[in-house]
Amino acid sequence: MQKMMLLGDEAIAQAAIDAGISGIFAYPGTPSTEITEYVQHSREAAAKGIRSKWSANEKTAMEASLGMSYAGKRSMVCMKHVGLNVAADAFVNSAITGANGGMVVVAADDPSMHSSQNEQDSRFYGKFAMIPVLEPSNQQEAYDMVYYGFDLSEKYRIPVMLRITTRLAHSRSGVVRKPERPQNEIRLPENLRQFVLLPAIARKQYKQLLNHQVHYEHEAATTGFNQYFDGPDKSRGIIACGIAYNYLLENYPDRNIPFPVLKLTQYPMPQEMIRRIYDACDSLLVLEDGYPIVEESLKGFLALGKPVHGRLDGTVPRDGELNPNIVAVSLGMEDTIGAAIPQLLAGRPPSLCNGCPHIDSYQAMNEALNKWAKGRVFSDIGCYTLGALAPFEAINSCVDMGASITMAKGAADAGLFPAVAVIGDSTFTHSGITGLLDAVNDKSPVTVIVLDNATTGMTGGQTSSALGKIEDICKGVGVDPEHIHIIKPLRKNHEENVEIFRKEFEYQGVSVIIPRRECIQTLNKRMRMKFAEKKS
Amino acid sequence: MKKDIILAGVGGQGILSIAATIGMAAVNHGLYLKQAETHGMSQRGGDVQSHLRLSSHEIASDLIPMGKADMILSVEPMESLRYLPFLAPQGWLITNSNPFVNIPEYPDMGAIMDEIRKIRNHIIIDADTIAKDLGSVKAANMVMLGAAAPFLDIDFAWLEESIRGLFGRKGEEVVNFNIEALKAGLAASDAYRK
Repeated sequence: MQKMMLLGDEAIAQAAIDAGISGIFAYPGTPSTEITEYVQHSREAAAKGIRSKWSANEKTAMEASLGMSYAGKRSMVCMKHVGLNVAADAFVNSAITGANGGMVVVAADDPSMHSSQNEQDSRFYGKFAMIPVLEPSNQQEAYDMVYYGFDLSEKYRIPVMLRITTRLAHSRSGVVRKPERPQNEIRLPENLRQFVLLPAIARKQYKQLLNHQVHYEHEAATTGFNQYFDGPDKSRGIIACGIAYNYLLENYPDRNIPFPVLKLTQYPMPQEMIRRIYDACDSLLVLEDGYPIVEESLKGFLALGKPVHGRLDGTVPRDGELNPNIVAVSLGMEDTIGAAIPQLLAGRPPSLCNGCPHIDSYQAMNEALNKWAKGRVFSDIGCYTLGALAPFEAINSCVDMGASITMAKGAADAGLFPAVAVIGDSTFTHSGITGLLDAVNDKSPVTVIVLDNATTGMTGGQTSSALGKIEDICKGVGVDPEHIHIIKPLRKNHEENVEIFRKEFEYQGVSVIIPRRECIQTLNKRMRMKFAEKKS
Repeated sequence: MKKDIILAGVGGQGILSIAATIGMAAVNHGLYLKQAETHGMSQRGGDVQSHLRLSSHEIASDLIPMGKADMILSVEPMESLRYLPFLAPQGWLITNSNPFVNIPEYPDMGAIMDEIRKIRNHIIIDADTIAKDLGSVKAANMVMLGAAAPFLDIDFAWLEESIRGLFGRKGEEVVNFNIEALKAGLAASDAYRK
């Protein structure tokens, strides 16, 4: 069978296409973005009519996916780990409603925070919602697990989580495909009250979810994704979760590991397999990329049993992504680390691109804010967060999607004046609108700057849900049209723009300024494509 | 056969094209491959790296263990040093000599070159000038790939083949230009070691 060279993300997308999804729903977020992009660019997916446009945020995506499942069709919803916080209400309740058509939720975690605000571990969410969680160790397994995940979802009528990390998402390897399956026909739930979570119904559904735990665990013990390998040296047993299993193997080039090993990649944890390795060995070492979730549950609060080593006792660092060297050291092997990085090396943090419209916006904003003390600009998640660094040092917060407007509102309510919010166009429609409504209803004196570069820039230029809609949304929410300004952030307009900023900062009500100029990256891409078309 | 290569540079410098060219050559000839890339925030002018692993046997880790890389191939001199902890004692450090200055306190170039020359097996190539002389500085990444070719343990012809495969739809002119750049890099690399 021919192998395709696929990123982990792409393997997930291909598996979903092959498993017969009718739609994929997502908001862009590193490291999950490429899953949906792959489906969007796939000719096969287009031929099959698979729906794949971007959603406004992760919650709308999750709910739409659940709706497609309600209708009997298979659907996938993808997000980065913090996106699952946004979708959590729908996610946790989807475990109570259950699914109808197969539904797989992909959560892409980012240990070491390569492109994130935290390194939360989505396996906790899976456990919290009490649904099956699959955690692939490599690209092929990611493919196989998605394909199987839809079967599991339909067998027990339950959404299934696939949890990956950045390393797997963005690493490429050979993947063999399985046979393509047709999509489901529309088929409504047998029980038309399944999705009505009135307390009386929810209690029944919840009992069923509890009763099904034993089935999910049985699946985890029997599908073959979790594997037990015996070893002669029982002084230590190793439980390696997901991608940590690869780092373990890497340290034994001949694959001859002297200790019993449990490869753990499907949850809930199969008690029998765990008991077997615990009983057989004098101590356990738990390797997991993310939070010590398995380690914690094995150790227990009082740690009364056999020694369990891992992140909690410092055998493995408490935070950050795993790698082969960390695993080697935790096994008591010698570290192979090479020469040190020379002292003279300078850091090279990411920065706004040459020609980026945000640069002009920040320069004008900073100048207009000169007369007040620093520390009054609340910002958000996107390229413009880089405005916190030199030379701009323009913003004072970046917490979660949409928090710029609401934090500015809260600070204004406390008496900080002026209070300014800086948010991108895509982030505004993701989670900014409701905050703006709060500010309008409360007449909080804030100036909201919606940096409109006509794209979701940070994740690589995906279509923004806000495109062409921002001023109308602001008017609709109730912002006085007199205090909505669209400006063009260009050097030559600097003085004029500073004046507009200054005037609105002084205004004792809600105002919105929309600096509008296309992202330099998408502009260049568009020009290149235009040029290529002309040539051919 | 096993080759572990760290590709280094700055976001936007084209290290993923180098990875794709080597990757296609390896896969077309039955080798196993794993390639970990940097996506997301760092691509905005930050430091980027790719771990490229080729082997005749199945590969476990997506990340190259520190101290085990056979090569650091860098399109930027300071970035070549950022990954020294990965380089094996006998490994090669192959780098472009042209700095990409997008930070205020870029270190002294002389000091950077001194550090590079401390590495036993190193090759420094002025890939920008070589590519410019051929017609466009854009091919500097292919010049660097050519410079690394003797140490990849794969046939030079395989690389030409995959350039054809990857750039074919852009036309014969682009293919030939990139192959010329590859060859010029190889020649410069041979000359450097003499």
